[in-house]
Amino acid sequence: MNAPVSPSTLSGAAGESLRHESAHLQVSGEARYADDVPEPIGTLHAAFGVSPHAHARIKRIDLSAVRAHPGVVAVLTHVDIPGANNYGGIKPDDPLLAETLLEYQGQPMFLVLADSHHAARRAAKLAQVEYEVLPAILTIEDALDQQFYIAPPRTLTRGDAAGAMREAPHRITGRTRCGGQDHFYLEGQIAFAFPEEDGQVRVVSSTQHPTEVQHIVAHALGCASHLVRIECRRMGGGFGGKESQPALLAALAAIAALKTGRAVKLRLDRDDDMVITGKRHPFLLEYEVGFDGDGRILGADFMLASNCGYSSDLSGPVNDRAICHVDNAYFLEHVTVRNLQCKTHTVSNTAFRGFGGPQGMFVIEHALDCIARQLGLDPLDVRRANYYGSDTRNETPYGQVIEDNILEPITHELELSSDYRTRRTALRKQNAASPIVKRGIALTPVKFGISFNATHFNQAGALLNLYSDGSVLLNHGGTEMGQGLHTKVAQVVAQELGIAVDQVRVTATDTSKVPNTSATAASSGSDLNGMAARDACRQLRARLAAHAARLWNVNADGVQFAGGRVSADAHSMPFAELAHKAWFARVSLSAQGFYATPKINWNRAELKGRPFYYFAYGVACTQVAVDTLTGETRIERADILHDAGSSLNPALDIGQVEGGFIQGAGWLTSEELWWDAKGRLATHAPSTYKIPTAADIPEVFNVRLVEGRPNVEDTIYRSKAVGEPPLMLALSVYHAIRDAVASVADYRVSPTLDAPATPEAVLNAIDGLLDSRRSASTNDPRPTTS
Amino acid sequence: MLVRRASPYSGVSMPSHPIRFLLNGTLTEAAGVDPHVSLLQYLREDLRLTGTKEGCAEGDCGACTVVLGELDTNGRVGLKPVNACIRQLPTIDGKAVFTVEGLKRGDGTLHPAQQALADCHGSQCGFCTPGFVMSLFALYKNSPSPTRTQAIEALSGNLCRCTGYRPILDAAVVMQGCGTPCGADAAPVESWLNQPATTTGAVHPGEAVLAAALRAIGREADFSYAAHGVSFHAPRSIASFSRLAAAHPDAWILAGGTDVGLWINKALQSTRTILYTGAVDGLGRIEDKAGWVEIGAAVTLEDAFHALNRHYPEFAHVWLRFASVPIRSSGTLGGNVANGSPIGDSMPLLIALGSEVVLRHGEAVRTLPLEDLYLDYKKQARVSGEWVERVRVPMRSAGLELAAYKNAKRNEQDISAVCFALALQREGDQVRSVRVALGGMAGVPKRARQVEAALTGKAWNEDNVRAAMADMTRDFSPMSDMRATAGYRLRVAQNLLLRFFHESSSGASIETRVL
Repeated sequence: MNAPVSPSTLSGAAGESLRHESAHLQVSGEARYADDVPEPIGTLHAAFGVSPHAHARIKRIDLSAVRAHPGVVAVLTHVDIPGANNYGGIKPDDPLLAETLLEYQGQPMFLVLADSHHAARRAAKLAQVEYEVLPAILTIEDALDQQFYIAPPRTLTRGDAAGAMREAPHRITGRTRCGGQDHFYLEGQIAFAFPEEDGQVRVVSSTQHPTEVQHIVAHALGCASHLVRIECRRMGGGFGGKESQPALLAALAAIAALKTGRAVKLRLDRDDDMVITGKRHPFLLEYEVGFDGDGRILGADFMLASNCGYSSDLSGPVNDRAICHVDNAYFLEHVTVRNLQCKTHTVSNTAFRGFGGPQGMFVIEHALDCIARQLGLDPLDVRRANYYGSDTRNETPYGQVIEDNILEPITHELELSSDYRTRRTALRKQNAASPIVKRGIALTPVKFGISFNATHFNQAGALLNLYSDGSVLLNHGGTEMGQGLHTKVAQVVAQELGIAVDQVRVTATDTSKVPNTSATAASSGSDLNGMAARDACRQLRARLAAHAARLWNVNADGVQFAGGRVSADAHSMPFAELAHKAWFARVSLSAQGFYATPKINWNRAELKGRPFYYFAYGVACTQVAVDTLTGETRIERADILHDAGSSLNPALDIGQVEGGFIQGAGWLTSEELWWDAKGRLATHAPSTYKIPTAADIPEVFNVRLVEGRPNVEDTIYRSKAVGEPPLMLALSVYHAIRDAVASVADYRVSPTLDAPATPEAVLNAIDGLLDSRRSASTNDPRPTTS
Repeated sequence: MLVRRASPYSGVSMPSHPIRFLLNGTLTEAAGVDPHVSLLQYLREDLRLTGTKEGCAEGDCGACTVVLGELDTNGRVGLKPVNACIRQLPTIDGKAVFTVEGLKRGDGTLHPAQQALADCHGSQCGFCTPGFVMSLFALYKNSPSPTRTQAIEALSGNLCRCTGYRPILDAAVVMQGCGTPCGADAAPVESWLNQPATTTGAVHPGEAVLAAALRAIGREADFSYAAHGVSFHAPRSIASFSRLAAAHPDAWILAGGTDVGLWINKALQSTRTILYTGAVDGLGRIEDKAGWVEIGAAVTLEDAFHALNRHYPEFAHVWLRFASVPIRSSGTLGGNVANGSPIGDSMPLLIALGSEVVLRHGEAVRTLPLEDLYLDYKKQARVSGEWVERVRVPMRSAGLELAAYKNAKRNEQDISAVCFALALQREGDQVRSVRVALGGMAGVPKRARQVEAALTGKAWNEDNVRAAMADMTRDFSPMSDMRATAGYRLRVAQNLLLRFFHESSSGASIETRVL
């Protein structure tokens, strides 16, 4: 205990590129996920019986064949739910198990419990059900036609968009769309429930939001929250897909466990997962913009229609964020944003990294690209002409003044380091001599608001236990899904207490340790939980300093915690020794930290306020090659400069940037969700739904973090959130493809190309341009694009 | 530990000889396990070795990757990655299986593949990581100094949703230099696992130990295994296999399991009898015979492609994009052909080459041009009990010009929207003969006979090629589905003919592909 702490064991303070705290466990297969938790004897395995129809009413259901299947122990239907049959977190419109109305193909109708996963799945196919099939609304267009919404339409207005457009020298209108996206977390949804005494239940859930899971389990059981304990050591990926969806599994597993008295594991097979659970919202986007000869937007009108699926889920907040990101990096003095939240008979769409932000940005980036084509300008110049200013032109359409704008300097830096201008010129020349393969390049910015739009979610708690041997156990409300949150928080604790990071263990997220937490979402994990942990550390440190001051008869303010030791004046002792002495002297060694993000407010009715504590920025320059015979594309090079403030851990942050960029590239290129005419999802497995592989990443991939620009706000060590913003850097991939496609019509006509830009979509865009060029009998530039 | 759940397939339990294999070097016997059960299920549920993960249960994500060790014809231990989720347990009888739990040394030191992945920040959520580790481990043992391109190929069957792959590729390239050699007191097998691939042929003592252990569990006689009323037969001879196939016309014929695994995991199908081609002497051979390359039904795709690349290097590009290394290491060319999917990629290429298929029924053998095997969607010329014994590919004739193109939404491991293959013989300026075969365009892999007719005897020039492109619509009326619309398929089929024209006539002057 008194051995000197060697400096080498003190690595891991904030700012160091420490590797993921679980890396050694992950590479050896020892990292335990929910499905790896040892099963008690008698564990039951559950599987859903689901609706084969997009919209139908159950006329008669006979489950006797299901019950008779070998290995089946019980079958649950909605009548077995003791409390609320709902897992909608905001509105109670998500039944755990359908009663009579079925609103999407894949909607759970009943739950089979059997002695094996396979037996449960086989039995689930045996239900005899008579349906009354109802007409289904499957597309945004159909929903708009019938005004079929999950919430009333909303409009955000600033200035006089119509007037400004009337007076603008140029005007275009456009219409485009971006597709949905399956999360494809490698670990599918899973809940493992253990019945405990006196009506209590413990659920190991793969969830980003243990507290909401706890509430929904309690409501479904009709019991108090203190009977329900939710635990999550780690997820095998979340990306937003494990924010609201896990409650469905956890609630039913808990009900089943309490009903049977046996542990119940509900793990979705991949296909079931993809059919049953929600995805990123597809959007239909329309715009009308008036602009000057430099491409500067004078007035703009946007229409954002999202496909929310059959229920509310998080669609309201997702659409809020879409509205708040229509501006992306650009000042819009006169603007109207109309938002329509369409209801369809498809799976209820949910949170996904970016949370509406990518879709909002998609439309304005599309508009700017079309403006540049129309004016014959470099799209980068048009983008820059519209950038927010620092002292003027710096208020967002929703009324937040931007105080931390670094768009221009980082754009300038990347423009030079990526050699954008030279390459752009060279590629145009090269394209002119290359009849089949065309190359494109684009440099696009991201400005992303950090904080939950809903102010009350911006709070966090942490529980710090110091043991008398000097080891530290930290629990906080955030969850680990791979992003390295626990690593960063451990670094914060090590930094605050002046000890080595391996003295700090962060434990599984557990609703019985830190209550009433927010989802690990909105990129806020380390902002919120890092600060809560810091608060706990400072409380504890104050107590320890006071005790050291008593021991040494010094002023507590002068007590230092560094290098694994506690020191004041000439006095010094190992941290662990002080811990032991403090315990002996009956000083509490447990502290609860708390944090609430300052300065923020949001008026949801008016769509005004300061929803975001600060903004995170980034720029990306991407070059692609396009095969004009097949529409196949390849990303050849990407240069990225991303803002993580004063990074807590540059290696982990680079990992978020690269991973987000590639995930975004997948969303915009190969990841296509395809429903058939009856509303059945046909792309429900990796054989048909194609996320990027190692072969799809750019061969030249230069990724850097912005240096020397700490967060202007007082975040944890002036760092910035990094989870979501990099995904939108992939808009540069999509725009590079547009640039390559535009080459076939001399860059003057905007391609009709929606996202995802699959080979087929790209070939259609190319053929469309070639056809229009062939049939061009007029000199007028197309007044309308897309 | 070996508490068996009731079989979901129901039936009577029959005693049988246990499945024997080496699990991370240790002899392991399995009995009483339903033959439908996958290696992954067995590892996770019976042995509680939960390091190997299930991500998709269809061999597309690689989270379940394990490495199989088998004796090759030279008595050396060959290592290859396979997907445990679609590998039926009885098929690993006589083999060595390495899982992620088996790599860390006894003293706790990580294997260089593991160490490199951790050091390069190659794991985030970590769920895909064990699979990547095993693919990297196979690469470590098989490639002395892997390049980035080789690493991409080796990892084509592993999906990661977090990292964007860059750090994983970094790990692949640096792992040979990671870690420390084992001490002299390390167990021989452990020491061998940690030794990087070498170009020299010296047999490491650990490999010798493993090889001896594999020989010890090798079987001379037919292996039959039964549990839960389901029997699994792995005959050693073609005659014995053929007898069983004739006697059990409803049996599933199992080769690599890369399709059968999906029948079990996804369609939830089951059978009473499984006949395994993998142990049959002679079915695993590739032989050059009188102008033909003969590929036995149990030859893996990987081995078959290597053999074909020697004669037809123009096809290598499609073979590289065909599924993934683990799938190609388990799946067989015979299985691909016998399955006859309209979107299987080997058939168009084989048909373009003029390949034949040898069918056997009991003792009776007949040979068909491959295209004649496929009558209609899921309808073949095979009679009940008749099975694919061999595929015969003609040796290259002089002057043959070839091309094969795969078109899909994604570069690697994607099912083709269109697969295009062409074999052309010119005489001067004239087309003497041409065979054009396509996948994804009809209910079966099919020749474009109208296109062939339009080209044959004509001058090989752009006008004639463009005219022939129009005939594609007479050959095919493809379907629209989640992969592509009918219109796109037709346009691509036409454009790929144009691509070949440019490649055949412009030399290297025009860039014609991005993939």
